[in-house]
Amino acid sequence: MKKLMMTVAAAALAIAATGSSASAAEKLKVGFIYLGPIGDLGWTYRHEVGRQEMVKELGDKIETTYLENVNEGPDSERSIEQLARTGHQLIFTTSFGYMDPTLKVAKKYPKIMFEHATGFKSAPNMGTYSGKFYEGRYIQGVIAGKMSKKGVLGYIGSFPIPEVISGINATILGAQTVNPDIKIKIIWVNTWFDPGKEADAAKALIDQGADIIMQHTDSPAAVQVAAQRGVLAFGQDSDMIKFGPKIQLTSIIDNWGPYYTRQAKAMLDGAWKAGDTWDGLKEKMVVMAPYTNMPDDVKALAEKTEAAIVAGTLHPFKCPVLGQDGKPVECKGGAALDAGQILGMNFYVKGVDDKIPGK
Amino acid sequence: MQLVLEKRAERSTKIAILSPLLAIALTLVTMSILFAILGKNPIAALYVYFVEPLTDSFTLMEIAVKATPLVMIAVGLSLCYLANVWNIGAEGQFIMGAVCGSYLAVVTNGTGAGPWVLPAMLVMGAAGGALWAMIPALCKVRYGANEILTSLMLVYVADLIMDYLVRGPWRDPKGMNFPTTASFDPVATVPTLFETGRLHWGAIVALIVVALAAVMLGRTIKGFEIRVVGAAPRAARFAGFSSDRLVLFTFAVSGALAGLAGIIEVAGPVGVLQPGISPGYGFTAIIVAFLGRLNPVGILIAGLFLALTFIGGEGAQISMKIPLDLTKVFQGILLFYVLACDSLILYRIRLIATPKKAIHGTA
Repeated sequence: MKKLMMTVAAAALAIAATGSSASAAEKLKVGFIYLGPIGDLGWTYRHEVGRQEMVKELGDKIETTYLENVNEGPDSERSIEQLARTGHQLIFTTSFGYMDPTLKVAKKYPKIMFEHATGFKSAPNMGTYSGKFYEGRYIQGVIAGKMSKKGVLGYIGSFPIPEVISGINATILGAQTVNPDIKIKIIWVNTWFDPGKEADAAKALIDQGADIIMQHTDSPAAVQVAAQRGVLAFGQDSDMIKFGPKIQLTSIIDNWGPYYTRQAKAMLDGAWKAGDTWDGLKEKMVVMAPYTNMPDDVKALAEKTEAAIVAGTLHPFKCPVLGQDGKPVECKGGAALDAGQILGMNFYVKGVDDKIPGK
Repeated sequence: MQLVLEKRAERSTKIAILSPLLAIALTLVTMSILFAILGKNPIAALYVYFVEPLTDSFTLMEIAVKATPLVMIAVGLSLCYLANVWNIGAEGQFIMGAVCGSYLAVVTNGTGAGPWVLPAMLVMGAAGGALWAMIPALCKVRYGANEILTSLMLVYVADLIMDYLVRGPWRDPKGMNFPTTASFDPVATVPTLFETGRLHWGAIVALIVVALAAVMLGRTIKGFEIRVVGAAPRAARFAGFSSDRLVLFTFAVSGALAGLAGIIEVAGPVGVLQPGISPGYGFTAIIVAFLGRLNPVGILIAGLFLALTFIGGEGAQISMKIPLDLTKVFQGILLFYVLACDSLILYRIRLIATPKKAIHGTA
């Protein structure tokens, strides 16, 4: 027991030593606001990994702080301001719901730089960043279309916001390229992180005949359920292979480390500017986990699709994109839908036999 | 030799006063040990937790903001608990208050309505909370249903009603389908007290609530009735006090206060109705009520103290990289010690020689 305690103490000291030592004056202090616990193994976990990668890369040039489990209601504004008041010069707020609080604090502290993930409001000292997750969804759709025997995909949605809607659409568009009759069943759990609800949704989808499970929520619960029931599934946010070694096909991995490193470096060089970053597979902000539990031809097809997206020869939303009524939607981007149409997507494409909640 | 708990002949008033202090002292000692295990300097950590937030106007204001809903809800709950009525569903009443009050904010949004909106919202919030609390109260009075279960279950119902509204009919048309209403207009917003900071008029309302409750409990027949019904139900019946009526009364008052806290929180620091408006205020307030010994002034102190642990805990995460979990451990330990120390009001610890029988038994 004593030995254990000493180990714990030593480890804590080691963390403390790397995390916060003196001479803070010269160091760049970087703060993070996390939505979930760092142990959610999904969204927040990947931001935490990104932070750690940045620390590893920049070493003692920076000092970092994170606040986890910050709710999007009354606490977030205070938490962000607490970081701003304690000498953090660059602050990442990592969930959509922090948009307005971040903007409020940014206006109050014009000399501190803010970066808000997945939102659309900005300021001279507040940039935005997000990943083109729909690119990964499209590849998953192709794989799912090939692997589903019943032709029914089960999709667990969090909230019907554009990012999630575009993920559903990209999935079905990818799947239709290999199986034009593919069907998709969607359950909305109205939460980002609630392993119990996510697991229930996965069970319900499997009971309704879905034989591939995919999710746009933050925990590995759906993968675990799929593993118990022997149903194929995709991970989300991080590689969840250890939760379903025999059933995970691949996973969309959010890869924030390089971006965080780049932005912190820009701060150190005095070159930071409020940007509007939206990177995908090509820039490796979105990365696919190894393609597993599928025959070689499906794997080859997935790799080919990925390579085409990276090369820019394939766009998941290439025109014409047909709406649910079968008519092509307006194509503002020339050959494909433009960024605004994807970031504000609020319609289902042909083949999704469902209705966007509340619409 | 063995330690036994021996019932006291009468309540120890000395311990009743000392118990919360003893609980806090024991909590501090336990926390110091935990800090030391984590390799942090306990003195520095305790300073960050309890002193640093008090040295700065920003954190002082934030403590008051955090304590406001806790104190208002806890005062209402204390009336219930004093009368031996167990309202566990303040969280639901808080949400329904927020929902009912927000209705006005939503329908008047962008219509240029006058300054009557906010007062009307507050009234509707209190009414909403009270009506929601009437459900378990009536079920108890009429059918003898256990109010602990019914009031608790209604929390989840309230949560889902709010969820439905902000995802459906009340959703902000420009909100990208996010489950939230549009930002409230200025006439539907609780004004802040100062130019800077988030301290709002709700804090003043909370103080008024504390004062009114203290007067009612100490100086009025109703307050006497509450205490008698709670302490000696038979005596209360002889005195002509109806326990049924008191169930309705205490539920209505605590529901109204929770509802008022809800609408003030939504129209104040949050500014929109959305899921997650309460990080469990209705439940944390139960701790506050007991930590404050079911006394309005005690509750005010307890609410501020608990708010201090939240703000201090955040400060500790930032400046000492102490994990958030430790703040939660801290609050749990505090409640544990409060309850444990309270048992000393009715019991005393005695060291006595092992009785012979036990020796025979083990031999």
